[in-house]
Amino acid sequence: MLSRPLFRFVRDDQRINFMRGRHMGLIVSAVLSIASVILFFQPGLKLGLDFRGGIIVEAQTPGPADFGKLRAALDHAGIHPDAVQAFGSPRDVRISINAPEGADREAQTQKLVDGVKNAISAAEPGTQVLRADAVGASVSSELFRDGLLALGFSLAMILVYIWVRFEREFAISAVVTLILDLTKTIGFLAITRFEFDLVMVAALLTILGYSTNDKVVVYDRIRENLRKYRTMPLRELLDLSINETLNRTLGTSMTVFLAALPLALFGGSTLTGFATVMLFGIVVGTSSSIFIAAPLLLLMGEKRLRKETDAG
Amino acid sequence: MMYYSRLRLLGVAGICLIGVLLCLPNFLRSPAPSLPWRQIHLGLDLRGGSYLLLQLDLKSLEHDRLQSLQDQVRQTLLDHSLGYRDFVRDDATASLSFMPRSDAERDAAFKAMQSLPPVVPNEFTTSEKDGRIVLTLQHEAMLARAREAVAQSIEIVRRRIDATGAIDPSIAREGDDRIVVELPGVSDPERIKSLLGTTARLTFRLLAPNPSVASPGSTMLEDESMHTQVAVQDHVDVDGTDLTNAGAVIDQQSGGWAVTFQLNSAGATAFANVTRANVGKRFAIVLDNKVIEAPNIISPITAGNGQITGGFNARSASDLALLLRAGALPAPLSVVEQRTIGPSLGAASIRAGIISLLTGLLLVIVFMVLFYGRFGLYADIALFANLILMVGILSLFQATLTLPGMAGMLLTLGMAVDANILINERIREEVKRGRGPLQALQAGFDRATGTIIDSNATAFLAHVMLFVFGTGPVRNFALTITIGIVTTLFTTLLLSRLLVVRWYALARPKELPV
Repeated sequence: MLSRPLFRFVRDDQRINFMRGRHMGLIVSAVLSIASVILFFQPGLKLGLDFRGGIIVEAQTPGPADFGKLRAALDHAGIHPDAVQAFGSPRDVRISINAPEGADREAQTQKLVDGVKNAISAAEPGTQVLRADAVGASVSSELFRDGLLALGFSLAMILVYIWVRFEREFAISAVVTLILDLTKTIGFLAITRFEFDLVMVAALLTILGYSTNDKVVVYDRIRENLRKYRTMPLRELLDLSINETLNRTLGTSMTVFLAALPLALFGGSTLTGFATVMLFGIVVGTSSSIFIAAPLLLLMGEKRLRKETDAG
Repeated sequence: MMYYSRLRLLGVAGICLIGVLLCLPNFLRSPAPSLPWRQIHLGLDLRGGSYLLLQLDLKSLEHDRLQSLQDQVRQTLLDHSLGYRDFVRDDATASLSFMPRSDAERDAAFKAMQSLPPVVPNEFTTSEKDGRIVLTLQHEAMLARAREAVAQSIEIVRRRIDATGAIDPSIAREGDDRIVVELPGVSDPERIKSLLGTTARLTFRLLAPNPSVASPGSTMLEDESMHTQVAVQDHVDVDGTDLTNAGAVIDQQSGGWAVTFQLNSAGATAFANVTRANVGKRFAIVLDNKVIEAPNIISPITAGNGQITGGFNARSASDLALLLRAGALPAPLSVVEQRTIGPSLGAASIRAGIISLLTGLLLVIVFMVLFYGRFGLYADIALFANLILMVGILSLFQATLTLPGMAGMLLTLGMAVDANILINERIREEVKRGRGPLQALQAGFDRATGTIIDSNATAFLAHVMLFVFGTGPVRNFALTITIGIVTTLFTTLLLSRLLVVRWYALARPKELPV
């Protein structure tokens, strides 16, 4: 078993003509990304507590939760939750309230969370509070800004890095591909209604990092081949490079996918959304490494690419 | 590079051994308290507990400074025998302004204002507008004051929390005007919130001559014991900074709860002077702009101690005593973010994290053996070393591990084998091109190294950004991945290569298992 690998994804001499499908690939990708941008505006992302502000209290009642009783108790305490819903087992209740309006809303938010806890403990003695979060409006808008800054700066640094290590054409193609990946992931978030919060920003950044990694490997091979086969037509050369790295591209995608899979299955409420989005991002990132990143280089023009790699 | 010097060999083995040693304290009890026993801390999401983000009230700081500056200005003008009229304090623009008595005195008054000592450099500017002299507090200087106030507040917050008996609290500054408080194991932070939400500034002031209407130099305050409003003089005779001790006791006369206090000598002298000069008048005890009680001064109090009786119960009396002992906050703090995780959810999260980590690890290990044979097995050994080193480094820094942090570890392990895959695919290509085993290994390692560094560098950059801009659990995720990338470079470029080289040196195979 140790003397030979038992499985391979593709044969080593496999030569798939990816470039033939490049227009199709780019069109499909563009359409999906445009659709995602539309989804981003309508219906939009479901903002998580981090970014929207407000209150979430999760509690476990001793017996099956009596929602009517809980609602009445909250109502009696003068609290009007936006949602009282079940999650997980029938004993688990989640109460969410949007950030209150008004001048002293920060203080109100913090007061409400204690009010909710007291009201449900009084209604259902023996209730365990699993989680009680209250995020003020000023904090949530800062968190949102910081999240977007992290995304923006990461993209910029990736652009600069590839520019320095490769050439301009590579950097631009990589960032365009990354933006296409990112928009699709955001579209996925809009469809699945996973909450967009700080943990999701982390997922998006991990996808970015992973996807860049994938592109760097393919580009690295393209650059090497540009020097090695000086007369080969670019289209053929790109196909060769993708095929040569195909086993690696699929292999690494597989390991990251396998690592993220248990998180999606057993990670609990915090990580399920995160890991599911990761899984989607891995699939998108892998396919864009094969179908988008290299064809974009072809669009950039053969002459410029050759001249610059020769000079370098 | 197919030869590993003995030194290098020992180096790699040594680092792995250190990694194992660093991991150990997480699984064993410390044999002696004197030993440096560095462990990973579990984050609040795994351990259960409360997280509070407190915001310092900058406006109130500004307001207080404006008030004290006003006293200073009046005193200085008085000292220089300069007259003024139409004194205005404007909180909205953070400025004071007045009209000099005559044009002749304007320059002298202006100079006197410029000679006022600032608390921090460039605290306020002095200017002239329409004949009025205007002093304006500067925002930058107020931020500097806020930073100072936060530093003081952290001390006081710590004393207050320690007094509640909370275990292992962590209190740290965030930004210019915020404090993060983490309370492991505290699943109901209501009491701590109310303790921290009290400024606890205690002052003793005389009531205005006519306590039912506000007159210049006095303010209407709420009297908690009578549920009315009384006019209290703005001038503070004695304040809580002169307090040396406070305690909750049962009042001998009424049988109810009371708080006793002890003043230092300066406070005692001031207290004696006021009470001696004002026998028969009412003296208000004011806590955070509310009058707790305003008793008549029956006789001068010279011993520097006293008792506050204001309708306390056991809890409120001991809380007030605690607050007075810990000292007043320089400005009010308010909670702007609160997160509480119950202990049962924390335990469930640990379980979820460990199950995911083990399952993920197992899947990757099996995949590598099936797809890469012997070299896959070596990659798996390197993977274990990677996990150990990550845990070791986190322990060394006594870092906190959260659920997203565990996810970061798992993803790092998934990504780590990428380097092995790159090397293996390279070696395989070199073999297909007809190179001998030794040349193929050498070329494979050498050529893949550049690619590995490039691809890890971009992921590294992305996560450093996340660490800089992220907060809480997300930051922890970025931290574990960043550490993971460093350990990955070590385990793949040095360790797994070493394993392959040793195997080759011992087995001398004719063909490579790729």
